[in-house]
Amino acid sequence: MAAEREPPPLGDGKPTDFEDLEDGEDLFTSTVSTLESSPSSPEPASLPAEDISANSNGPKPTEVGLDDDREDLFAEATEEVSLDSPEREPILSSEPSPAVTPVTPTTLIAPRIESKSMSAPVIFDRSREEIEEEANGDIFDIEIGVSDPEKVGDGMNAYMAYRVTTKTSLSMFSKSEFSVKRRFSDFLGLHSKLASKYLHVGYIVPPAPEKSIVGMTKVKVGKEDSSSTEFVEKRRAALERYLQRTVKHPTLLQDPDLRQFLESSELPRAVNTQALSGAGILRMVNKAADAVNKMTIKMNESDAWFEEKQQQFENLDQQLRKLHASVEALVCHRKELSANTAAFAKSAAMLGNSEDHTALSRALSQLAEVEEKIDQLHQEQAFADFYMFSELLSDYIRLIAAVKGVFDHRMKCWQKWEDAQITLLKKREAEAKMMVANKPDKIQQAKNEIREEIEEWEAKVQQGERDFEQISKTIRKEVGRFEKERVKDFKTVIIKYLESLVQTQQQLIKYWEAFLPEAKAIA
Amino acid sequence: METHAEAGKEGKPSCASVDLQGDSSLQVEISDAVSERDKVKFTVQTKSCLPHFAQTEFSVVRQHEEFIWLHDAYVENEEYAGLIIPPAPPRPDFEASREKLQKLGEGDSSVTREEFAKMKQELEAEYLAIFKKTVAMHEVFLQRLAAHPTLRRDHNFFVFLEYGQDLSVRGKNRKELLGGFLRNIVKSADEALITGMSGLKEVDDFFEHERTFLLEYHTRIRDACLRADRVMRAHKCLADDYIPISAALSSLGTQEVNQLRTSFLKLAELFERLRKLEGRVASDEDLKLSDMLRYYMRDSQAAKDLLYRRLRALADYENANKALDKARTRNREVRPAESHQQLCCQRFERLSDSAKQELMDFKSRRVSSFRKNLIELAELELKHAKAEEHRLLALLHLLWR
Repeated sequence: MAAEREPPPLGDGKPTDFEDLEDGEDLFTSTVSTLESSPSSPEPASLPAEDISANSNGPKPTEVGLDDDREDLFAEATEEVSLDSPEREPILSSEPSPAVTPVTPTTLIAPRIESKSMSAPVIFDRSREEIEEEANGDIFDIEIGVSDPEKVGDGMNAYMAYRVTTKTSLSMFSKSEFSVKRRFSDFLGLHSKLASKYLHVGYIVPPAPEKSIVGMTKVKVGKEDSSSTEFVEKRRAALERYLQRTVKHPTLLQDPDLRQFLESSELPRAVNTQALSGAGILRMVNKAADAVNKMTIKMNESDAWFEEKQQQFENLDQQLRKLHASVEALVCHRKELSANTAAFAKSAAMLGNSEDHTALSRALSQLAEVEEKIDQLHQEQAFADFYMFSELLSDYIRLIAAVKGVFDHRMKCWQKWEDAQITLLKKREAEAKMMVANKPDKIQQAKNEIREEIEEWEAKVQQGERDFEQISKTIRKEVGRFEKERVKDFKTVIIKYLESLVQTQQQLIKYWEAFLPEAKAIA
Repeated sequence: METHAEAGKEGKPSCASVDLQGDSSLQVEISDAVSERDKVKFTVQTKSCLPHFAQTEFSVVRQHEEFIWLHDAYVENEEYAGLIIPPAPPRPDFEASREKLQKLGEGDSSVTREEFAKMKQELEAEYLAIFKKTVAMHEVFLQRLAAHPTLRRDHNFFVFLEYGQDLSVRGKNRKELLGGFLRNIVKSADEALITGMSGLKEVDDFFEHERTFLLEYHTRIRDACLRADRVMRAHKCLADDYIPISAALSSLGTQEVNQLRTSFLKLAELFERLRKLEGRVASDEDLKLSDMLRYYMRDSQAAKDLLYRRLRALADYENANKALDKARTRNREVRPAESHQQLCCQRFERLSDSAKQELMDFKSRRVSSFRKNLIELAELELKHAKAEEHRLLALLHLLWR
């Protein structure tokens, strides 16, 4: 087996899901060199607001680009970083608004501050991306488990409660190990909040697992059959993966809503997540409107990187969907094989009973036993097929939808900027007209008005430009992070899946080796 | 085809179902076969030093209906009533395979060219396998006849082997088919009647045991055969599933520019190999398990038929006894009744003796065949599992690096 690459310890850092990295990842070497240059060894969460608004140092596109021949994505990220910058101060903010106001998380000093930081354009003079990337290389010392699904209540009002356990040594949490009970709509509520805060400024917020009215109804009605237990297990695993992805995101990890979700024993019910609620319908309408708008926005793409990436994700999406469909067929057929093998095992046993030649009879009974064990193997393999392979693919299909959404938000942002520019132009034209026309009495007041408006729109144009540049920068970073995660995720799962296949074959060998002497013993 | 080569035979499967003693005085084999649209033409080659034949080596071309004719001729021959008549080979059936090939041809636009080529390859291999199997079934039928000391001397058999012209045996028309169907019903009804007949006691423990045994055995082996078929088909389905998966992984790999590229491409390769391995497992299960079970299902039916004939003879004997008693009490036509009874008795005893031998042969044939096939099945499964494990570990090591 490959040697485990122990990443350099950061404070109390412990390796978590990073065990399966192989030598191709030069990630850690770059991290090591970066850290050695820094006097203090902070935990990732103690870094101040990974401020997305800092645009002082433009991102170097090649850093996050996926170069063909370079495996090491972050070779260029290795720069001297001083983490003792004087600018590490808590930044308070106003209330979050859906407007294009990037939100930065608070610092450790007051973990429970609900407020969010306002973006301040000029804060840090070092490259934010480097810190981000370095932070990505760090171990996020937080482990989330979702377990113990429990049915609460009766009838149609019943619901499943899941235990969410967090183990962490990050100091932003008050304890190192704690757990809470959450229901599915709580998860949806969390996602909804995170999405409303971060999606429109370019962060790829992991999507929550999908609702299933049919599945849940069965559970509510109380059917204790295997399909409803399977459904619950599928959901539990999906919720766990959802939370794990969310906390891996350095920005989202800082979010107080996330912390509240993980920590607080009581959580206000998220009612707006119900499919048929007013908010749900509104969401659907908005989604439809967005789709229409997307088709009508014609953006002058000045940056080929974005076009390239969009195309890439589009292709990836198609391929993953295809693969997913095929894997689903595989799962189905393996289950069928398992069922058929079990049936055959039974009839082989019956045949063995009928057989009047003793040695042959015994051999046939042995064959029946072998087939029964093989049936079990097939079932387990089908589980592996599904939970490792199939679910990974469906997770990524939905993640890519989120990525596409982020690109769309950038387009909308551009549109807004563009609109502001057009309006400004109109106002200026109006002003010019007014200058030419000679009406002395009303002129002064109108002139002032229009002057004010022009100033207002000039500011908006500036803001629009800043926002657009900001979202572009954030997206580049996010895409880089996303791709890295994707590579890691897939690699890990592929290895785990292959191991499951190996296990199956090894078991088969064992069973048949045990059977062979029995067959030979037939005299 | 490689599967059959692995079976260790001279390229022909299913001789494995029956162990035939080599007897050089009469060797029969199907040296060639041609599939023409609906018909399959078998070239039956005979090598014999028996004086009866004009040459020592000769061939004729026969079709399936002519095999059936030969089989029926044996069944209807009173002389062989005490023998297990080797089961007739099943009709060559390429329908399912042909349908699938046709459906593939009609095309599914979402399938890439490589996938299409692979699927076509799979279906063609399937078609070929079915073809080879039907050849083997027909061959083993003839070979069993040739190996049986009594059956091999049948005149119709000689005609079948030697007569150069077409035997002009047409397939059964509807009336004959219906007739055959009704005959079967009558037979089962008759059997039920005579077993229920009062006074008809089975005199021989051996046969009593055999009858109970065969009835149950036949039902259960039929069940096992059907279910083994289903397992084999599901396995085949699974192997076919790997085709689109491999193709999709390939496309993903070629699009990637990062480390996943190697992983995906290697994984695609692996799945392609796994597909072939799983396909072989499926066809080995088919040959060693399904086919064997199917053959003994038919053979046990033939044994059941023998028991029925003996039972019928016993019933006739009983009836003749009763008739004789009646004739004696009335003191009329005693002589004919006596001779009739004598005949029935002789017939019954003759049948019983040969049936006993035949049934014991059946048992030993069955046991040795099962033994051979189960051993070969286990060995092949082991071989394939080890090959798969090896491939998987090789890839794992590559990815771990």
